[in-house]
Amino acid sequence: MDHLEKLEAKSVYILREAYRDFKNLCMLWSIGKDSTVLVWLARKAFFGHVPMPLVHIDTHFKIPEMIAYRDRLALEWKLQMIYGENREALNQKRTFPDGNVDRLTCCRNLKSEALKHTLSGEWPRFRMDHSQGKYVLDENREPFTGVIVGVRADEEGSRSKERYFSPRDRYNEWDVGDQPPELWNQFKTDFAPGTHVRIHPLLDWTELNIWEYIEREKIPVVPLYLNNGKGQRYRSLGCHPCTSAVDSEARSVPEIIVELRSGKFAHIAERSGREQDKDDGGGLETLRKDGYM
Amino acid sequence: MPVNTSDTSAISNHEGISIEADHHSRPMTFREHMNIVVVGHVDHGKSTVIGRLMADTGSLPEGKLEQVKVRCSQNARPFEYAFLLDALKDEQAQGITIDTARCFFKTPRRDYIIIDAPGHVEFLKNMVTGAARAEAALLVIDAQEGIQENSRRHGYLLSMLGIRQVLVLVNKMDLVGYDLPVFESIRKDYGQFLGGVGITPIDSIPVCATKGENIVTRASWYTGKTVLEHLDSFSREKELNQKPFRCPIQDVYKFTEDQDQRRILAGLVETGSVRLGEQVVFLPSFKQSAIASIEAFSAPVQSVIEAGRATGFTLTDELYIRPGELMCKGSGPLPRISSRFRANLFWMGRAPMIRGRKYKLKLATARASVRLAEILLVLDAVELTTDENKQQVDRHDVAECILETTKPVAFDLFQEIEATGRFVVVDNYEIAGGGIILGSVSDNRSVLLDHVRQREMAWERGEVSNITRETRFQHKSKFIVVNGSSAAANQSIAKMLEKRLFDEGYLSYYLGISNLDHGLDSDVLDTFERREERIRRLGELARILTDSGQIFVTSISDLDAYDRALLKALNEPNEILFVNVGQESSEGQGEVVAVRQNEDVLKAVDRIGLILKRKDIIPDYSI
Ligand SMILES: Nc1nc2c(ncn2[C@@H]2O[C@H](COP(=O)(O)OP(=O)(O)O)[C@@H](O)[C@H]2O)c(=O)[nH]1
Repeated sequence: MDHLEKLEAKSVYILREAYRDFKNLCMLWSIGKDSTVLVWLARKAFFGHVPMPLVHIDTHFKIPEMIAYRDRLALEWKLQMIYGENREALNQKRTFPDGNVDRLTCCRNLKSEALKHTLSGEWPRFRMDHSQGKYVLDENREPFTGVIVGVRADEEGSRSKERYFSPRDRYNEWDVGDQPPELWNQFKTDFAPGTHVRIHPLLDWTELNIWEYIEREKIPVVPLYLNNGKGQRYRSLGCHPCTSAVDSEARSVPEIIVELRSGKFAHIAERSGREQDKDDGGGLETLRKDGYM
Repeated sequence: MPVNTSDTSAISNHEGISIEADHHSRPMTFREHMNIVVVGHVDHGKSTVIGRLMADTGSLPEGKLEQVKVRCSQNARPFEYAFLLDALKDEQAQGITIDTARCFFKTPRRDYIIIDAPGHVEFLKNMVTGAARAEAALLVIDAQEGIQENSRRHGYLLSMLGIRQVLVLVNKMDLVGYDLPVFESIRKDYGQFLGGVGITPIDSIPVCATKGENIVTRASWYTGKTVLEHLDSFSREKELNQKPFRCPIQDVYKFTEDQDQRRILAGLVETGSVRLGEQVVFLPSFKQSAIASIEAFSAPVQSVIEAGRATGFTLTDELYIRPGELMCKGSGPLPRISSRFRANLFWMGRAPMIRGRKYKLKLATARASVRLAEILLVLDAVELTTDENKQQVDRHDVAECILETTKPVAFDLFQEIEATGRFVVVDNYEIAGGGIILGSVSDNRSVLLDHVRQREMAWERGEVSNITRETRFQHKSKFIVVNGSSAAANQSIAKMLEKRLFDEGYLSYYLGISNLDHGLDSDVLDTFERREERIRRLGELARILTDSGQIFVTSISDLDAYDRALLKALNEPNEILFVNVGQESSEGQGEVVAVRQNEDVLKAVDRIGLILKRKDIIPDYSI
């Protein structure tokens, strides 16, 4: 088995373990390349099916191609697609693009808060109704106790300390210093009432592995990742006001791989196109404690 | 092992990729990775060794070393390699560099990833988690301080985690004036200790990390292999394909709502391989079948599957297999099956592991209730003594002990097959202990029988005897369990039976099992325990209701042989009758009557009545 096959086997094992032990399980799908690989791995793990709902937090500032791509795949792959949002903050325009708050607060409002309350079931969830091909209010308001997230350890510091199964207490708090041990293929699959567990099947993958796998498996990705002819592409996708493209000639997945291998970005972090990371020193760690991934 | 050339085909087929070599001759994807862990007592020089490995293999980002040195001299502090690691970690936390800070170092042979494994005893959970992911370990011992508490504890843990490629580095040779007898005596003492816990180190090397002696470059006073030379000679792959076939069943899928009729057994092949058509046996249930297909999504059809693959199978027979069973080849050596085994256990829980208390065992994909039956000895890493009289296993203790599960489990000895010979123990929702199985112990004393014996001895009786009751009611008591895979079919038979008996004047009572969920069982939250605990409570309840002279009828789906044995034992000394609907018969668990899947319910009830008569439960002239 080569390195990618080993990564795949481990991730599949983790997904199956999560599905086996968590009754209220969901997977976060940001529409980015990582979580799209995760959806693909779920299809591998469950033999063509994705038996858990996919949750997307819609900030309503996402690049429009992302939403179109999400809904196309949801219908094509028969996904149990759910989205949630921070309606109140959007209505009251407590957002950065509206000029009322800084980037980090905007992220906190539209992502962290929306995520927290969508997962807990306190705020409305919208579910893709496959018979109508559109979203309807989801009746199910049960909290999710297992949340599958596509974070990678190589993304930035705080993520390299993660476990595959990482408990969060009822306030979504993550105690980095006191985490449960993980031995061999045994993870934390038991949890006290009121707590929930984040599951990270992609922890060992690197940005390069993700692209290599996308290429090997021919996984469809949002075209925004590719150079559209203007010498620019997105390396990481987010909201349009806060995500910028990087200079790159890569027009296809193989070209991205060559670009990454050649070291063009070897010393530039992947999230460097994300403005909110620059606003405070430990930006992401702060957001993360608040539940943003 | 050299990189398998067949690996390359998958990628090179892809149109248009030019595979570019990085600065070390081999293209990235085909380069091997190896996870290593550096352990040892605090301050013995782990960070310095890591810093040296990175610096001397040229794996540091350009200018990094100089930058840290300059910063040190500006602050009038002597340079330390540990500062280098701290600086790299800080940068990583801020997202400045990507790969270097994960402590990579590269040699022409492969890429090494150093896993963070803090040496401090408070961080032992993290050390264990890190080390469990490693393929090789460097154990650092300070030549001047000699063997310390964590030198021993870490050695023990490496052995328990199954890390066989261990190098001992006797560090700070400069502080003992390069006195080789000092090195020799540590090599000998520590080698002896490691031997006692089952590790034969690949080598012990005298080093001076601060000067980089014998880490990457050989010192003039030394002729043996350097640390790096050893690392590069380590092998990545364990010979898993050559071992007997073991595939713990992780789950069973049937996605019928998506029009998929396959019943797929999912699992990771831990060792060996299996082909289409081969006979397989599931343990501990001993159900047998053959492989009908090897399932995969978006992948070519396979006729054989090897160790390391997370895969799925369909069988030639419609068998009801539970997650947690161990799939083996009928022809190969089988694992052991027992509810008692001898193990080395390492405890990390805040609360000690106490004899007799119930814990949850996770062994491969099986889960079972387990208790600590006996403590044979406890290794005290501080005193380096063994204590044979301890009554509990405390935090950070390593103990040899006997564990006892409520149901038999299938396992191998750790030294034969690691994946099915190791386990964790969960206490209060947390993995609190890990261990390896040294041997099975015969099951002569079962937990269950002990319990029933004690319960019966303590049973308090009223003034009305069983005989008096039977005379009044005109029948004996009985616990009737209707079981089969269709809950609806079970219920209709059970309810019909209750009514029929009642109409005939007997004291019959039907209990819907779901009534317990909202009442008696509403506190059973743990999903793993739920099933076993519900069955246990049902058994205890049956003991009470049958004691009151009633014919107690209930229905429950998919009982296995152990569930039946549990119900029968708990209902003792009273009688039990199993009505099996549409499934294989089960011998040896009390009276059994089989009902065919599509048999008329009335007819079935008639037949049950006949059996009750034959058994003198109810007099002949009724039903
Ligand atoms: N004299 C001497 N000191 C060393 C050597 N290796 C490490 N040290 C010192 O020992 C101390 C602890 O080293 P460090 O690598 O931080 O230990 P760790 O706690 O095991 O990571 C530091 O002050 C190092 O400079 C060595 O070979 N010789």
